[in-house]
Amino acid sequence: MNLIGFLRKVLAIVHKDIIAELRTKEMLSSMFVFALLVIVIFNFAFELRVANVKQVAPGVLWVTFTFAGMLGLNRSFILEKDKGCLEGLLLAPVDRTVIYFGKMLGNLIFMSVVEAIVLPIFWVLFNPPLFSLALILVIILGTLGFAGVGTLFSAIAVHTRAREVMLPILLFPIVVPLMIAAVKITGGLLDGQLLSAMRNWLNLLVGFDVIFLTVSYMTFDYVVEE
Amino acid sequence: MNTRGFAANRVLNGITALAVVLALYLALVYAPPAANLVGAAQIAQRIFYFHVPSAWVGFLAFFVTFVAGIAYLWKGGRQWDVLALSSVEIGLVFTTMVVTTGPLWAKPTWGVWWVWSDPKLSTVAVLWLIYFAYLMLRNTVEDEARRARLAAVLGIVGFLDVPIVFGAVRWWGQSVAHPIVFGTGGLSDSPRMLTAFLFCLGTFTLLYVVLLIRRVRLEGMRHEVERLKSRIASHE
Repeated sequence: MNLIGFLRKVLAIVHKDIIAELRTKEMLSSMFVFALLVIVIFNFAFELRVANVKQVAPGVLWVTFTFAGMLGLNRSFILEKDKGCLEGLLLAPVDRTVIYFGKMLGNLIFMSVVEAIVLPIFWVLFNPPLFSLALILVIILGTLGFAGVGTLFSAIAVHTRAREVMLPILLFPIVVPLMIAAVKITGGLLDGQLLSAMRNWLNLLVGFDVIFLTVSYMTFDYVVEE
Repeated sequence: MNTRGFAANRVLNGITALAVVLALYLALVYAPPAANLVGAAQIAQRIFYFHVPSAWVGFLAFFVTFVAGIAYLWKGGRQWDVLALSSVEIGLVFTTMVVTTGPLWAKPTWGVWWVWSDPKLSTVAVLWLIYFAYLMLRNTVEDEARRARLAAVLGIVGFLDVPIVFGAVRWWGQSVAHPIVFGTGGLSDSPRMLTAFLFCLGTFTLLYVVLLIRRVRLEGMRHEVERLKSRIASHE
């Protein structure tokens, strides 16, 4: 299968998801509001006891992204399953990995949109000392890993009785190393360290992404087949 | 039911029971107290003879599930799924034992029940969560074939995550002194401790095998009962 053909099919699925979302804006708005609420609650929770709120800022940022991302991941597959679209996708004459990458890219895009809106709000509330472009890179890498495993697990979760509840139970333990690396690097960058100084954490982040994206696309077929 | 297999099983169970009693004696009486510790910490050190073998069995059990998951997806066959499920159940019990005996040892020795910065603790905690989620997943899927497939995928992804978690927390860097077991200053200095430890390791592995055989057989019987029930129902 040639690369262009593959990409075109993947982008067709992404296109479908984006158009569907643009019509209702349901998922994006709920993700955004939820992220906002999480940040505000954390702000309150820590302001009262923690002397230096800037210490917890990286953790708060990534927890916010995680919770909002969870919403997006859940809805992407539940909408498909409820309307019978999943069967339609499976019947299409494409390799199952196309579906995986299409869904994964869609999730990545939605999460990135929400993150782009949340980041300025986070800046206003927590007022970190400086901004680094490398921060964008770290956020993208972290979101990539999260969307990579998350897409696989949301496909698993949608076939269970518990549905939305199952996804965080499955996903949170697995992404622990991703969270550790992302928070560590984000904290370092906000403190003024250079990205090159945190090379081993960056390697862990990239390694996690590569390993779990590979495993996810290899096992996706077994998860969705009837 | 083949009787020779049954008899062999009885013998194995008997040997294991004896081994457990002997292991208790070795760990609590035979092994000398740790020379470099005092008071509560010295007594608590004996937990190590059960704590480390439990951790070993937990990892072994989840490795078995990992392999069984791959085998199920690749070749199919219910027996792989049964093996995976049984191994996870037993592995989770042993991992629970690790998580309970660990803090019991940690309080007298480090002064705190738990730290997150030690790679071993975090890895075991995440391991426990992953395999608890495995059992929850199995409970929420009705269709047998789908359940087996989904569980196999989780078993594979979960096990691959474990070394990554370990590496991540280790780089985090602030490991409190989890005692060095092998090497100088550790077990090799005291042959009696080494004997007790190795014997406990063997006993726990034997215990795992015995429980696994029992559980697999139990699952086979349950499946047989289900099959007979549906036959009766279809005749009515």
